[in-house]
Amino acid sequence: MAWQRKILRVDLTAGTCTSEPLNMEWAKIYLGQRGLATKYFVEEVAPSVEPMSPANKLIFATGPLTGTMASTGGRYSVITKGPLTGAIACSNSGGYWGAELKMAGWDMVIFEGRAASPVYLHIENDTATLHDASALWGKTTWDVEPALRKIHQDSQLKISSIGRAGENGVLYAAVINDLHRAAGRSGVGAVMGSKNLKAIAVRGTKGVAGVKDPKAFMKATQAAKAVLAGNAVTGEGLPKFGTQVLMNVINEVGAMPTRNFRDVQFEGAKDISAEAMHAPRESDGKANLVTNQACFGCTIACGRISKLDQTHYTVVNKPEYWGASGGLEYEAAWALGSANGVNDLEALTYANFVCNEDGFDPISFGATVGAVMELYQMGVLTKEQLGIEAPFGSAKALTYFAECTAKGEGFGPEIGLGSKRLTAKYGHPDLSMTVKGQEFPAYDPRGIQGMGLAYATSNRGACHLRGYTVASEVLGIPIKTDPLETEGKAGLVKAFQDATAVFDSAGICVFTSFAWTLADVAPQLDAACEGDWSLDNLNMVGERIWNMERQFNNAAGFTAKDDNLPKRLLTEAAKTGPAKGLVAGLDKMLPEYYAERGWDTEGRPTAATVERLGL
Amino acid sequence: MADTIRVTLKLYATLGKYLPAELRRSNEAVLEVPASAVLGDLIGQFSVPPPSCFLVLVNGVFLPPSQRATATFVDGDVVAIWPPVAGG
Ligand code: SF4
Repeated sequence: MAWQRKILRVDLTAGTCTSEPLNMEWAKIYLGQRGLATKYFVEEVAPSVEPMSPANKLIFATGPLTGTMASTGGRYSVITKGPLTGAIACSNSGGYWGAELKMAGWDMVIFEGRAASPVYLHIENDTATLHDASALWGKTTWDVEPALRKIHQDSQLKISSIGRAGENGVLYAAVINDLHRAAGRSGVGAVMGSKNLKAIAVRGTKGVAGVKDPKAFMKATQAAKAVLAGNAVTGEGLPKFGTQVLMNVINEVGAMPTRNFRDVQFEGAKDISAEAMHAPRESDGKANLVTNQACFGCTIACGRISKLDQTHYTVVNKPEYWGASGGLEYEAAWALGSANGVNDLEALTYANFVCNEDGFDPISFGATVGAVMELYQMGVLTKEQLGIEAPFGSAKALTYFAECTAKGEGFGPEIGLGSKRLTAKYGHPDLSMTVKGQEFPAYDPRGIQGMGLAYATSNRGACHLRGYTVASEVLGIPIKTDPLETEGKAGLVKAFQDATAVFDSAGICVFTSFAWTLADVAPQLDAACEGDWSLDNLNMVGERIWNMERQFNNAAGFTAKDDNLPKRLLTEAAKTGPAKGLVAGLDKMLPEYYAERGWDTEGRPTAATVERLGL
Repeated sequence: MADTIRVTLKLYATLGKYLPAELRRSNEAVLEVPASAVLGDLIGQFSVPPPSCFLVLVNGVFLPPSQRATATFVDGDVVAIWPPVAGG
């Protein structure tokens, strides 16, 4: 089965933990993790629910391959209604926590209600108990993890927790596990904080038994691992350079959003790139990057582990930041760096450490700082309001804002609102580079046209991980398409969105898709669990999940008008690079996309589509 | 000389190792080559094996494999090359 067939329901209001069987019929239709947990969510929660209210639920879900020997099979997702967007939120994380939950005997944990005072959940195999977390409230994720291991005298405890950002209602607060892996986007950590839930500490020693056909599973996972090892991207590029290798690539193609998307190329990109992380620093002769790291069961190992320069202004006399910890991924390096015009690699690494330590999304945080810096340059925000001079390029302002946001001090709570609410408050809503309230990631849709459509239609607000057409448009995976062309992108975006929904629901990492297609995933699923996991059906499952999320958003009040991009990207042409003179051609792609999806002109799945997908 | 041009060659990720040590930090070299030079002539200067040149951008625009043996450059072109890479 690869399923434990058991979910844990935690009523925080009542303080109870109950076990119930996993709905195996749904597991055959919605696969697992993102798909299956969303099915539970939409069945149990009204679309109109206020995200930070006790009526919202928060689901931690594994996939069928989580905890198995499938490569990258350590993933879990957090599903809720997001406070940043008001849309369905689903944030995926690696590390070791997801596999541990599965090995403790649980496929999923559903939290409902709100605890009267701070609590944490302790799971030891079949036993789940809520404990008082008053002494942990106000602590960072870096303090919580060792504290819980000490309390339970268990050095192997795996912990997901929120830092002060989640407690303080930063609308893009993250859930952090294993110190620096994050269910990062859409504010799932803020919902956790609103429930007075500080942490989930898990110890599982039961293993994941009951794989449907162990022999076939062994064969399928080994064949799939050979594909990853033999592929130059997953076998060599990602382990050595990580996602950060994209910094120079995306800058060269002229799709590097810079200074709040005023520019599409950043002159400082080379200083904050993967290559720069490898180079010895002038100050101490050591490189920023210490090593790479793998999540549970991963044979790619793209994770970055960095050490700061101890003489850098951010950490002088702060030895707690001198150890090796989670380094810059491309998205974080972009959002903390290019988006603000900051090219100080150590400052970005420090800000990234703070984001992990206190649990908030570096993408939304960095992009919001970009808007703040623009408002400062315009004279709308002043040094007196901000507590610091904040022109584009100021590393000191960036790291100061990171500390303020982490602690909820000074201007931090305003930055914690995200750029949509902040720019509206100061009278310039057009300066918010968001879709459905969520900040853009690191690709400018003027230079990579398909990404404009992917952002506009993403069910959780602007996101690169819902349909990563960069793979095709820039990197040539699986086939090269022209990034400046809008034609054909509707079908491309749909195909990426549907396939990604399957990867996200299986318990594996989407980075495998640089080497694997669904044809590599299908035999692993087929051997692992019951159900029809043929290629055709998997494509249908992905499409079903996408439409289910869309229906929830529509019912929550989103319409075709929300499938839009900020005015800047539609009216201000790129100033340099191959896209010079171009704006995002969303209007050329969106109607075709609706047609491809089987949606009406208002962006609603038609009755025929709903029926075809069995929704 | 009228028939030579200056082209900036950028070698990234694992290809950076083919550059002389003093150029590795910037990942780039400015080359003076005949106007008839093609990609092989540029990378040949640093003994970069052609099969490892996966992503080739000329002024940011993709140069398809089918044109790499024949496409020539103009003065001031920037040619950036990567082995197979990806991120997200
Ligand atoms: S590819 Fe990277 S992010 Fe994905 S599971 Fe492996 S180490 Fe984790």
